[in-house]
Amino acid sequence: MTAFRAALSRELLVLWRSPAEIINPLFFFVMVISLFPLAISPKPELLALIAPGVLWVAALLAVMLSLDGLFRRDQESGVLEQLLTSPVMTVVPVTAKLLAHWLLTGLPLVLVSPVLAHMLQLPDRVLGVVMLSLLLGTPALTVIGAIGSALTVGLNRGGILLAVLVLPLYIPVLIFGAGVIRTAVEGGPVPGVLAILGALLALTASLGPLAVAAGLKISSGN
Amino acid sequence: MSDTPIRLTLEQLQCERDDRVLFRDVSLTARAGEIWQITGANGAGKTTLLRILVGLHGFYEGQRDWWDDNWRSELLYLGHQPGVREELTPLENLKFTCALGAQSGDPMAALAAVGLRGFEDVPAAHLSAGQKRRVALARLWLERKGVWVLDEPYTAIDQDGVAQLDEQIQKAADAGSLVLYTSHHQVGDGVKRLHLAKGRAEVLA
Repeated sequence: MTAFRAALSRELLVLWRSPAEIINPLFFFVMVISLFPLAISPKPELLALIAPGVLWVAALLAVMLSLDGLFRRDQESGVLEQLLTSPVMTVVPVTAKLLAHWLLTGLPLVLVSPVLAHMLQLPDRVLGVVMLSLLLGTPALTVIGAIGSALTVGLNRGGILLAVLVLPLYIPVLIFGAGVIRTAVEGGPVPGVLAILGALLALTASLGPLAVAAGLKISSGN
Repeated sequence: MSDTPIRLTLEQLQCERDDRVLFRDVSLTARAGEIWQITGANGAGKTTLLRILVGLHGFYEGQRDWWDDNWRSELLYLGHQPGVREELTPLENLKFTCALGAQSGDPMAALAAVGLRGFEDVPAAHLSAGQKRRVALARLWLERKGVWVLDEPYTAIDQDGVAQLDEQIQKAADAGSLVLYTSHHQVGDGVKRLHLAKGRAEVLA
C-alpha cells in the first residue's frame, strides 16, 4: 500500500510537471470535434446524427495519442528496471500509473464532453449520458492502450504498431460507447448498454494491469 | 571468508545474443561478505550478465540460484541508467525508489552523504550526469541490503566520490553484504574478479 501511494503521487507529480502530456490529448479532442461542423455541415439534424460517433472516435484517438510514450521515459531513465527488480509486485506501481494517467488525461475529456456535445447539437437531456459513457469508457481505453504501450516500449517507433495492436481491442468499447449515446438520443432504454460498458470497464480494470505488467516483463527480455 | 553463507551460485551459465555466444561456462559461488568485480571488454556481456542475475533477462541456459526465494527483498540493483526522472527532484526520486525497493532510512541524510546537500529540491533535469548518478547511489547510504548488484557505479563520478564509494562498498561487504559490480576500477585488495573475454569466463580470485 505504501508503494501504491508513493507510485501514485509520483506519477501525478511527473505528469503535472510535463503539462504538454495533459494538454495535448485534451486539445486534440476539442480540435477534432470542433472541425467536424466546419467540414461537414452545421445543420443541427445532421450533426446530432453523427455526434455520438464523432465524440467517441475523437476520445478514442485522444486516449491512444496520450499512451504512446506511457512507459518510454521510464524505460530510458532506468526507472522501469527498478520497477521490475523491486520486491513489490510490478502490478502495484503499474496500477498506480494507469490511475494517475487516466485522472490527468482521461478525466479532462469527460469533463469537457458536455460542452462539445452541446456544440454538436445533441439535446441537453443526453449530456449526462455522454459524460457517463465516457466516464466508463475512457478508463477502459487507457488500460487496453497501456497493454500495447507496454509491449512496444522496447521499440524505437512503436506508434503505428501500438495502433495496430490496440485498435481491434478498442472496437467493443467504441460500439457500446457511441451506441449508448445514440440510444439516449432516440429515447431508448439506456441502463442496459451502460451496464455493458461498466462490465467492459470491470474486466479491463481488473485484468488489464496484470497484462501490462506481463507486457513490461516481456519487453525487458523475459 | 569461506565459512560465510552462500548467496549466489551460477552453473554453466550461457547467453546468446543475435546468434552470437556472448559468454559461456560462467560458474561461480559467491558468498556473503564478498566483493565481485566483473570485467571484460565493451560488448563482452557484463550488463547482460547482471541483468540475468537480477531477473531482467530471461534468455539464458544454465543455472542461476539465489540462496532464498525471497531474494528480491534483499536486492539493491542499480542499472546502467541511474533511474532518475528529470521532472522530479533528487529527494522525490530517492523516496520513490526506496518505496519501490522496500528500503527504509533517512533520504535527506543519504543525499547529504553523496554530496547533494542543497540540491534536494532542484529538478533533476538541472543536475549533471555525475550528480544524477549520485542520486541513484544515495540508496547505498540507506538501510543496508544483503545483495548489491551495481552496473558501472563509478560512471561519471569524480575522484573523491570514487574513494567514498570504495569505502561504502567495503563497509557493506564487511557487514555481510554480497556486492557484485561491473567496472574497470578495483575497489580493494580482497576483491574477486570474473573476467569475460571472447565468450569465455574466467574467475580470478
